Amino acid sequence: MKKIVFAMLLAFVVSAVAYSQEVPQVQLKNLKGKVVNSQEIIENDGKPVMVCFFATWCKPCIKELTAFSEAYEDWADETGVKIIAVSIDDARSTNSVGPFVNARGWDFDVYLDANGDFKRAMNVNNVPHSFLLDGKGNVAWQHTSYLEGDEAETFEMIKKVAAGESLKDEKKEKEEE
Amino acid sequence: MKRFLFLLVAFLSAIQLFAQKDGKNENKFNVSGNFQSDLQYYFEDQKIGAVAVDERLLSNSYANFMISYGKFSAGVRFEGYYNTLLGFPNSGGKNDGFGVPSYWANFTNDKLEVTVGHFYEQFGNGLTLRSYEEKSLGIDNAILGARVKYTIVPGVNIKGLVGKQRYYWELSDGILRGVDGEIQFNEMIKSLNESQFRFGIGGSFVSKYQKEDNPIYNLPNNVATGAGRINIGYSDFNLISEYAYKINDPSADNNYIYRPGQAFLINATYSQKGLGVILSTKWVDNMSLRSDRNATLSDLTVSYLPEITRNYTYVLQAFYPYASQPMGEWGVKGEFFYKFKKGTKLGGKYGTTITLNYSRVHNIKKTAINDSTPIGTTGTYGYNTSLFAIGKELYYQDINVEISKKWSKKWYTNIAYMNLYYNYNVLMGTAGHDNVKANIAVVEATYKITDKYALKGEVQAMFTKQDKGNWILGQLEFTMPNWFFTVFDNWNYGNPDKSARVHYFNVGFGYVKGGNRIQLTYGKQREGVMCVGGVCRHVPASNGFALSISSTF
Repeated sequence: MKKIVFAMLLAFVVSAVAYSQEVPQVQLKNLKGKVVNSQEIIENDGKPVMVCFFATWCKPCIKELTAFSEAYEDWADETGVKIIAVSIDDARSTNSVGPFVNARGWDFDVYLDANGDFKRAMNVNNVPHSFLLDGKGNVAWQHTSYLEGDEAETFEMIKKVAAGESLKDEKKEKEEE
Repeated sequence: MKRFLFLLVAFLSAIQLFAQKDGKNENKFNVSGNFQSDLQYYFEDQKIGAVAVDERLLSNSYANFMISYGKFSAGVRFEGYYNTLLGFPNSGGKNDGFGVPSYWANFTNDKLEVTVGHFYEQFGNGLTLRSYEEKSLGIDNAILGARVKYTIVPGVNIKGLVGKQRYYWELSDGILRGVDGEIQFNEMIKSLNESQFRFGIGGSFVSKYQKEDNPIYNLPNNVATGAGRINIGYSDFNLISEYAYKINDPSADNNYIYRPGQAFLINATYSQKGLGVILSTKWVDNMSLRSDRNATLSDLTVSYLPEITRNYTYVLQAFYPYASQPMGEWGVKGEFFYKFKKGTKLGGKYGTTITLNYSRVHNIKKTAINDSTPIGTTGTYGYNTSLFAIGKELYYQDINVEISKKWSKKWYTNIAYMNLYYNYNVLMGTAGHDNVKANIAVVEATYKITDKYALKGEVQAMFTKQDKGNWILGQLEFTMPNWFFTVFDNWNYGNPDKSARVHYFNVGFGYVKGGNRIQLTYGKQREGVMCVGGVCRHVPASNGFALSISSTF
């Protein structure tokens, strides 16, 4: 019995992977204390959006966002991409996020997810974790952790999504080969 | 349970079949989830106090599955502990086993959100209520019940909830009822939408019901907690403050005294591009609230008292972590961020970021209620104090400077220096131990060999005459696309006991692809503590292999 359940569960999991993830509707706060809806903040006129989960205490997150920040202008010029940084800092440091980000000169839209509601809704295990959304708000690609130079792959993906190429089809084609 | 699982899987499969059949509607049906599994194989190592476990291998795992369809969503979580990893809350085996600890269904539209089942919630800064999960500490005090959130008009939000908290695989004895409301005037009043001046108020009320169970004392069945908060902003300046009050709530935390509790936070910030300043202060007096008055450690916490100190992540800086003291503390913090601009003398080609922070925490001044009753005597009012009556005993102090600089396309460095005072007895719950004064230095350098290959080196050193003496840590990490390899040694070279000058050597590697990550390490872990929100987890010494797999799908 247990085996059957697990087999079914596994089959379910495997086939579920083929499904696209959407951004659920969750309440967040912006740096001015305004309650915003997760589906509103990902509006970008049909162009791609990167949603990056981070925390002020997370060193790899800072490295990743610093790398993105340095390239942001070029990326935006070329693809129209918008980068959103979502802080999962809890009440200990929620109120420090604004000055922290501002001092670093990051030009991203920054939102606070103090109790991890959006993090949970997006199934994030650990930060940093970034999602690349296509123009329709579907998750086209995602990435966890930050290794030096990862921004190159990220930009490749952004360019593909901006050009309307489906990343999934490519995967399938590879599998079929 | 088996039947439940079977039904659940059948249900999920049916939905999926339906979704596949209706392939064009793929956008409507969404299935997602995540998974994480941490396994450790334990070897004995008497030198560091690491024990081998009877099971040899222990593991913590969880998986979440979520389905959404338009405005509806539902989810379920599986957790398995075969058996629980050492150091995680287990209360004598209560946590071991496999099951479905949480499930929920939700409806959300632009104004209304309704959740039934398990949910997490935070009112304000969490002083009156915070239900949350902190996997690294093994904390999950989700509430099982119902919650409604409603936006009356833009800027005016209310929420209400009722339920019981999760207690391992069971539920708390106590019932929680809570409401929270917030008004942001700049959103509510259209003419103020773009105003430089911002103003908002909020308030929350939480009531806990737990039947009185004490043969000696007359305890309150219902405990009420309330809080008010305010936020004021002008241009680049922000001020946030919250005050919470709790009626008498004799509990294991306060040694069953009848004194009411209170907490007060003020946080002021100023920032502009390239500059950030934060000043905060905090006052806490007898403010622990749990959904079971007899609960201890990390079990069933309702109030959340955020630490005012910085959350450090370098190993030796995090060696002596601060934990909020719910029974009484006063603290102050200052933080300063500055970025020297690109092209200036100190900024160089890429800019230099400097961070300064200082924090200091004291006890609060308590006086006896009369000459014959010692402070904190069970069954009495406990003690007297007044708001911001700061005591003489220093609990914690840190001064920290950190400078991050990118030198060129190839080189990046981060250096930090910290001076620390740590009241060991209060923060670790011991007696007669020397308080720790330490100086800690960290140098981290990253060299990019090519665009995608990099080498990171880290040296950390801690100098102290107390506790276990001096430590030095060296780490090397090599990263390439999708892979990382790391090796480090943390050496307690200055231990006054020469036979205890141990090397904590670790080696590991990992693979990352998309939302998936797998990591294998082998080595020794020193005994220590990890703290979040006044809750600490004692991490026992261990020696062995650790495997961690996580995936988001």
